[in-house]
Amino acid sequence: MGYTPELNELIKIVEKTRPERIRQIKAGHSFPKLSLEERAEVLEKFHPDYKKTGRCPILAGPNKGDGKFYPEEFVELLHSGSRLKDIEQFEKLIQKPDYETDVLVIGAGGAGCSAALTAMVNGQNVIITTKLRMGDANTVMAEGGIQGATQEVDSPYYHYLDTIGGGHFTNDPKLVKALVNDAPLVIEWLESLGMMFDKEKDGRLKVLKGGGVCRRRMHSSADMTGSEIMRVLRDEIKNNPDKILPIEFAPAVELILDQDGKCMGAILYHLETKVYSVVYAKAVVIATGGFGRLHIQGFPTTNHYGATADGIILAYRAGVRHRFMYSTQYHPTGAAFPEQNIGLLITEKVRTLGAEPVNRNGEEFVFPLEPRDVESACIIRECIERNNGIATPTGRLGVWLDSPMIEILRGEGTVKKALEAKYIQFKRYGIDISKQPMLIYPTLHYQNGGIEIDEWGDTTVPGLFAAGEVAGGIHGENRLMGNSLLDINVFGRRAGKKASEYITAGITLGTPKLDHVKKFQNELKEAGIETDELSPMILPDYSNPKVRERQLTAKRFGTLQ
Amino acid sequence: MSAELKQSGDKPNLPPDTKMIEVFIMGKRYKVPATLTIQKAIEWAGFQFLRGCGCRGGICGACPTIYRTKDDYKLKIGLACQTVVEDGMYLVQLPFVPAQKSEYHIEDERPTIAAIEKHYPETFRCVQCNTCTKACPMDIEVMQYIAEIIKGDYKKAAELSSSCIMCGMCAARCPAELQQFNVAMFVRRMYGRHVLPKAEHLQKRVKEINENKYIPFLDELGEISHDELVERYKSREWQPEPYEDPNWQPKETKYL
Repeated sequence: MGYTPELNELIKIVEKTRPERIRQIKAGHSFPKLSLEERAEVLEKFHPDYKKTGRCPILAGPNKGDGKFYPEEFVELLHSGSRLKDIEQFEKLIQKPDYETDVLVIGAGGAGCSAALTAMVNGQNVIITTKLRMGDANTVMAEGGIQGATQEVDSPYYHYLDTIGGGHFTNDPKLVKALVNDAPLVIEWLESLGMMFDKEKDGRLKVLKGGGVCRRRMHSSADMTGSEIMRVLRDEIKNNPDKILPIEFAPAVELILDQDGKCMGAILYHLETKVYSVVYAKAVVIATGGFGRLHIQGFPTTNHYGATADGIILAYRAGVRHRFMYSTQYHPTGAAFPEQNIGLLITEKVRTLGAEPVNRNGEEFVFPLEPRDVESACIIRECIERNNGIATPTGRLGVWLDSPMIEILRGEGTVKKALEAKYIQFKRYGIDISKQPMLIYPTLHYQNGGIEIDEWGDTTVPGLFAAGEVAGGIHGENRLMGNSLLDINVFGRRAGKKASEYITAGITLGTPKLDHVKKFQNELKEAGIETDELSPMILPDYSNPKVRERQLTAKRFGTLQ
Repeated sequence: MSAELKQSGDKPNLPPDTKMIEVFIMGKRYKVPATLTIQKAIEWAGFQFLRGCGCRGGICGACPTIYRTKDDYKLKIGLACQTVVEDGMYLVQLPFVPAQKSEYHIEDERPTIAAIEKHYPETFRCVQCNTCTKACPMDIEVMQYIAEIIKGDYKKAAELSSSCIMCGMCAARCPAELQQFNVAMFVRRMYGRHVLPKAEHLQKRVKEINENKYIPFLDELGEISHDELVERYKSREWQPEPYEDPNWQPKETKYL
């Protein structure tokens, strides 16, 4: 347990340079930030998104021929067949609903739950369905905080500039506008729901600065901000069982459209009983999250078990474009040691509190709070090109994140208090992060792109909305810290509200159809794609390959063979 | 130069000399690498999780596991994603714990002892055996926060229980049949809503937003040229880090 003797020797080098680095910080000197030109250069050379291998174009559906190269793990899912192989059987099945409701929310993370609650407040009955438990989502794992310009020295204007600059000016301006303008409203909403924000004695919200932002606007609940948001939203949903019906362990596997192309529900697949059931809804909100579990470029991930891009696949077959899906966020600080924690998130808050990334020689090599893609690229450069990384006993590489600096800069006990969950997580393996640095390396963190939406979460299919990580354009090609917990709430609430308005304006559902699925299957065939693979993936497969070879009749989860 | 990197997604990197050990998954024997967590060991054996696996990072509460180790009568509890296997370990996952959740309207409730009596009356049956604390995989002083709840100290109870992941192991082991993780959830929300003072500056900002104060500024940013936008981004005034000058004021104030 703890670090190996070899690693302990290397830590001594970090300890040796620490006092001088602390002195520099206290004197107001930081490692220089990169210029926009320098940023572009390091990204081009070292960011995994710029790698030529492991990418391919999409050959069917609305993004066909868009000239972009996407991660092949993602394209494989788009090019896979529907789970409804015998489609006539399902066309019969969908003629009669098992459930009828106003709004169907697919996905029960932060975006799904905030959409469901908002639709409820707007007078709608809601079904919320998820493939795991309610709250099993990346939201629960978000640690550092939620952005919002709540302080007097800040305003949504600066939040907009930070966000769009962090996204290399590729973000959709109308989505950024919605994001930053609603931010204080979301924080107030969460406060009113009883969320335990970190506050001063007089109730003033404590704020920290995230990477790439010019003002302090990161609101937190220790280092469990996402967990706290999720606990509160889930509890509120459970407080309203007569309005919101949760259905767990039942992913949606296809959408149902009517003869006019309006979305009117979905087919659910109950994983435990292998039963398919049919939900009719006047509006559908997709909030299924991102694709971390596809392990783009072979990277480990911070994402939860179910992050397999299901919702994008469903919407794509219904004719909805996606954008920025070629762009993936690698969080600069994933755990590289111990092996048991590999890829797990070490919150940016560690750096906002003062910890610096340092190399094998105990030297700083990057401004600690560059935008995430730049910070990641600099860490990769330090390891791969400059060969200043530290090798782990299992053949991985990393650099140090000097967390003991926090204790010196902010007083003893700060680590344990402000980084409660992280402290426990490392203590389990005999590492005291208040006294010993952590070994880190970039890890797959966030799907920057997603379903194309407008500022209300509306898509090009009537009655179909999307919110949260599954949607794209808000963050452009790079997301800033704390904008994701914000995004799920802003666009969850907007989608919930807009879906309610869409219903209130008067909706008549037509005849349920699966023509869009058939059409897409034909497009695949025309593109010459023949495959036995099915999607959505639903859950990843981590079994031992040698065992897998002998699981001769098993494929992806729940596949009947 | 050019160090090589082994990237294997979430599959464990296992050096060739990795020791293999025996574990008993629900009584059945499997050989697994000694360095794996319970979660990855179960997957290594050939299982694909449906229940009992969530965030894989120790924060969602989906994978509590009850186990005994060789030659030890003690029943232990750990998160499968955070606990390393041991030779001779007997284990079973308990991914769901039946519990009542009281339904309430947060605005109508008050942070009192009476509210606890109304929603979770069994809380007062605590026999102070401390089994809950020993069961907690997050090392929370569960019995202590229950004591604070019984005294009506919402603040202490909320703070003591703040890292709860709601796995339910406390309630599963409690001989007095309390539902600690649910009453704690109630207490934390009540504390956040009714005890912690409201953020007044936030109310002010919300009012400004509702009056559309910032819309013209944001529209302006949407309308200016790309070059101008980049220029404004580059010339943002940088609030100094918090080690110094809490009274910092920006020079540019027209967009505040």
